[in-house]
Amino acid sequence: MGHAKIPRKSTNIDMTAMCDVAFLLLTFFMLATKFKPEEPVIVRTPSSISSVPLPDNDVMMLTVDTKGRIFFAIDNKLKRKALIEDINAERSLNLSATEMNAFAIGASVGIPLNQLKSYLGSSPEQQKSIDQGTQGIPTDTTVTSPNNELASWIKSARNTNPKLRICIKADGDASYPSVSKIVKTLEGWKIFKFNLITNLKSIPEGTAAFAEANAAKKE
Amino acid sequence: MAELDTSSGGGHKKGPGVKKAKKLSTRIDLTPMVDLGFLLITFFMFTTTLAKPKTMEINMPYKDPNMLDEEKNKLKSSVALTVLLSKDHRIYYYEGIGDDAKNTPNVKVTGFKQKNGIRDEIITKKKMVDDLKRSGALTAKDQMTVLIKPDSTSTYSDLVNMLDEMNINDVKVYAIIDISDVDREFIRATEQANGIK
Repeated sequence: MGHAKIPRKSTNIDMTAMCDVAFLLLTFFMLATKFKPEEPVIVRTPSSISSVPLPDNDVMMLTVDTKGRIFFAIDNKLKRKALIEDINAERSLNLSATEMNAFAIGASVGIPLNQLKSYLGSSPEQQKSIDQGTQGIPTDTTVTSPNNELASWIKSARNTNPKLRICIKADGDASYPSVSKIVKTLEGWKIFKFNLITNLKSIPEGTAAFAEANAAKKE
Repeated sequence: MAELDTSSGGGHKKGPGVKKAKKLSTRIDLTPMVDLGFLLITFFMFTTTLAKPKTMEINMPYKDPNMLDEEKNKLKSSVALTVLLSKDHRIYYYEGIGDDAKNTPNVKVTGFKQKNGIRDEIITKKKMVDDLKRSGALTAKDQMTVLIKPDSTSTYSDLVNMLDEMNINDVKVYAIIDISDVDREFIRATEQANGIK
């Protein structure tokens, strides 16, 4: 019986190469990642063909949900701190240092100013449940109206950071008057240029924009 | 310091009790390290947001309550298309600016549709303005203008869709304007005529 002897090979394989790849990918994802900012409400934005990306820094985000509630957020912890100090002084809210810190590290707010103190004093879990039932930041069609708290927020935010880009992220089902109030408030502060956040959709064929996009591609 | 001397005296023969140091393999098992690596990759892959949200830039017309009426640009009604956004994503539109009380415009209803929607209407109007320019009835400076008037029952998506149509059809001049009572009346009359409640 002439059995060919199969040489027994070691089951150990060299893991070094695999390890290299794994860590290379890990480094890539660690550097490329940017954590999603916490959203107070779920917003489904409408689609448009516009492909301008959202700027990285200096963004003021005004979120409007289906019920027309407005949430306000800016990026950068230091600017948030400056903003809350500014609004605290202007509206004499008597916020403590810890409450102002809570604002600086928090995400967005959507609460009337008179409830802000108790909101900032509560835990993040409590804040989430408050966000569910809040009425949003009160606003009005004129900036001079004392009820227009959004106007104060925008003014203070622009005092602390004049470079702010204003972005409106509204739900497609939000009623037009709720968005219109924001636009009117912005116009009241002489802000005529702002961005609307939309999803990207493809350009329909046979239209002027489609022809233009094709011409740009050929060049 | 003296203790050190005993172990490595002069480099001569080792005693019988001293074990020969085994040569250890420099290979270590990398499997747990790879496991950990891939675990972290999975984590970062799920949390990352590679696609950034897109934005649409919009410029509102400069508005000043102290502006005099004479300073405002007068719009020729032949270049204008007025679009009224109403409930259930319906669009009412008419040519001109609807300022002539005696001659009420022909208000029509449409929607955001692939065929015979508002897009086709904009394209037709654009052609019409171009023809008028060629015939000399309008100067080269005149441009087709779309007046967007959303009423209180329209939604934000209607507005964005309408602004998107402006970009799609390359309409250079357009404005979002508050709806007037006259326009509300147009909508009401058209709804009645078409039996929409």
